[in-house]
Formats: sequence, C-alpha cells, structure tokens
Amino acid sequence: MSNPDNLKYTASHEWVKSESDGTISVGITQHAQELLGDMVFVETPAVGRKLNAKEECAVVESVKAAADIYAPVNGAVTAVNSVLDSSPESINSDPYAAWMFKMKPDNPADVAALLDAKAYQALVDSETH
Amino acid sequence: MTLKQTPLNAAHRAMGAKMVDFGGWDMPVNYGSQIEEHHQVRNDCGMFDVSHMRVVDIKGEGVRSFLRYLLANNVEKLTQPGKALYSCILLDNGGVIDDLIVYFVSEEWFRIVVNAGTADKDIAWMKLQAAKHAPQLSIVDHPELAMIAVQGPNARVKVWDALPGSKELTESLVPFKAVEMGAMFIARTGYTGEDGFEVMIPAKAAPFFWATLVEKGVKPIGLGARDTLRLEAGMNLYGQDMDETVNPLESGLAWTVDLKSERDFIGKAALLAKSPARKLVGLVLLDRGVLRGHQQVHTAQGIGEITSGSFSPTLEKSIALARVPKEVQIGDTVQVAIRDKMLAAKVVKYPFARNGKSLI
Repeated sequence: MSNPDNLKYTASHEWVKSESDGTISVGITQHAQELLGDMVFVETPAVGRKLNAKEECAVVESVKAAADIYAPVNGAVTAVNSVLDSSPESINSDPYAAWMFKMKPDNPADVAALLDAKAYQALVDSETH
Repeated sequence: MTLKQTPLNAAHRAMGAKMVDFGGWDMPVNYGSQIEEHHQVRNDCGMFDVSHMRVVDIKGEGVRSFLRYLLANNVEKLTQPGKALYSCILLDNGGVIDDLIVYFVSEEWFRIVVNAGTADKDIAWMKLQAAKHAPQLSIVDHPELAMIAVQGPNARVKVWDALPGSKELTESLVPFKAVEMGAMFIARTGYTGEDGFEVMIPAKAAPFFWATLVEKGVKPIGLGARDTLRLEAGMNLYGQDMDETVNPLESGLAWTVDLKSERDFIGKAALLAKSPARKLVGLVLLDRGVLRGHQQVHTAQGIGEITSGSFSPTLEKSIALARVPKEVQIGDTVQVAIRDKMLAAKVVKYPFARNGKSLI
C-alpha cells in the first residue's frame, strides 16, 4: 500500500489529513502499523486538550509493543475516534481511514510544512535499509 | 554483528516472514497476523522453527548421578527410557542459570535442550561441574540439529502424515516422552499448552521436513505467537520470569524443585536457608490497556513487578505474570502503573488457557 498523495506525514510516522472544516485528522501510517503488528488497544487524548507539536498525546498498543503517538503541530484536540476502542484492528486493515483524533491547528502553515508523501517514503526507505 | 541463521531462514523469508533480531538470531516474529497465528495453534495446528535452541548430550557412566546433583528437579523421576523432565539449573545461591528439558535416553545418555541465549553459559557451567564431580562424562552440544515444534490439537496427525513411519513409533507416546527415529528425535513436548511434537532433525534435512509440513497444510507460526501461547499456558520464559537474580521458589517453579528427598543438588542449601518472600501470580487486567513486563504492581502488601505481560488472544484481555509479595492472595485486586495511570487487575491462578480453552 502506498502513502496517499493528499496527506501530509511526520518523521514519527503519523499521517495528517486536512479536513474541509479547517481541522486535521491524525492517524498512523501503513509503515507504522506494519512494524507494530496486530493492534489491541488505543488511548486517545482528551477533547479540548492543547497540544504542542511533537508532544506525546496518544498511545497505540499492539500484541507486541506500545508506541507513542505525537501531535504533528500545535493546536487543540477537537474529536477522537471512539470506534477504535472496540476495533483497534481497523488500524491494521485500513490505516489511512482509521483516524485517531482531530485537532484544530493554531497555524495552518504548520501543516503545509509537514512531509509530503514522497519525502515520507524516502524517510521510510532510509530507515529500513 | 552478523545475525545467526537457522537452516530454515530462507524458508521463512520465502513465506513472507517478518524477521527480527532475537538474541542474536535472525528469526521470524510473524508471517502475517500474530493473533491469527495464535488462534491457528489453539484451534488446529501450526509449526515453529526453534532451531536456535541447543541440544546438549551428556554421555558416559554415571550420567544420572551427575544430573541428580546438577539439576534442581530430580532425574530419579525418569524411570522409563524416553521420558522427559522440566528442570531449572541453579547457581550455588539458588539463582536460575536456565530452565531446560532433560530426556532420559539410556543410563549412559541423557539429552538436554536449553535456551538459545543461555546455551554457551549453560554448557560452560555443565563442563565446569563435570570436571569437578564426573570427569569421565562427555558433554557435547549439537548446533547441527534443527528443531521444529508442531503444536495444536491436530499437530500429531499432521506430523504422522508428513513423516512416513512416525505414526507407528509415536502413536502410543505419552506426553513428555520422546523416541528416536533414525537421526531424528521426536518428543511429545512443547511450549504452547497444546498437544504436539518437538522434532529434532539434522539441519540438512530440516528444510525438506518443513516443506513437507507446509504441503500437508501446516501453517508457520512466528515467535510473537509463541510468546502469547506460552504466557496463556502459564509457562515461564527465561530472562523475563526468572534469571540468575531470583530463585525458582519465587518464580512459580517450586513444583520443579525437589527439596524433600535426601538428594543434594547445586543451590539446595541456599533454597532451604531462606523462605521465599515473593511469589509469581497471574494477573488479568480489569481496565482497558495492556500489561507489559517491568510495570509496577501495587498491592496491599507492597510493590511487585510484572515479569511477562501481553494481550491474550484467547481471553481477549490483557494478562500477565507478576512477582509480588507472598501474602498477596488469589482474587485480590491490585493496581498496575501503566504510564501515568493506575489500572485495576485481578490476581488469578494460572495457566490462563490450555488445550484451546480459557481457564479463567
């Protein structure tokens, strides 16, 4: 599965999708879910929480290991995907649909400055080779 | 450092395995979904490459009396040729050097299977003790032997199907017993809580046997599922649930230590000198989350620590083994520190699951 061109990415393997209402959705990439394996638990941040870029704000746990999820930009959490409470495995089956939380960025330009699909793929390639 | 490879390395890669560095060995952690692999073993059967484990043969006159002194469990329990025994091997202070399975082949030949990461240390210790107490013995390890574990309710039938002649030899084999078949050694043992065989086979023949099992429909299972299977089955993992800093009585292994007989063995005096202050218990997490090794366990009687924790695919809950103060009772509710939270867990008697079923 390739990384969708319409998304932005972080070096810590989150994907970021700009929504029409000015919020962004955040999930983890295909590469990240593949490394972690079968997901069994997701802990999302509280709605309303103010986050700084690169701050630990959520956790995904696979059978194998726990991994921190980092805020891609500064902003406030506006929603969390409660579906993941009962079906964390949807992160494995469809990582780019399984958003974990939404946030309202303080500065939309911060989102534009994240990695594009090509730059992210180059990063993954450099980590795996 | 170059990772060591088993004779099945190419076969794993061809089957799409995700390979990881497992104590210096390049091993398959899973071939797809670890949870599906887990259920595959509980419900049908699957096979594991455990060729990284080491076979050590001790041969010569007086091998039984040497092992009576070397091992914490009592090899006098082995009266029939082929019978196997689980045991710890201890330091003088009672710390656990390793856990192993010892097979009684004949009065002049006992075979031991030890863990991969501890094999060299174990063999050095055995040779040191033999030099002092039984210099006539030969202690020879067999890295040229591969080992394939086929486990699950249908495992034996699949092995019989894949290995002509094996049914006649092994159909009447009771659990924890083994038999030689040419250059192979077939044992009705395992590390999953399911029925099955562990087959020791010359490295050169291992890829063919593996491929034959694949043809018969046996699915490969990675070390990831091996860990959740053994945890559900309540089987200790060396290096996590016990090591040289703890003794077997504090590791849920009192049943493997014979302190009643007159027999002396290495570590016995230390075990008798001090009664254990801690014990190993099972935990089932009541809140949402996942228990992991090294998380602190807060009990009314003091603080303990999780030694192994994961998600149990059979129970669909998180489970763990934890070393806690000995006063903690089955049924108690304890608090586990997970990141910035304290989550409730129930103290239970383990195993958690065996033979396809939850026991909780």
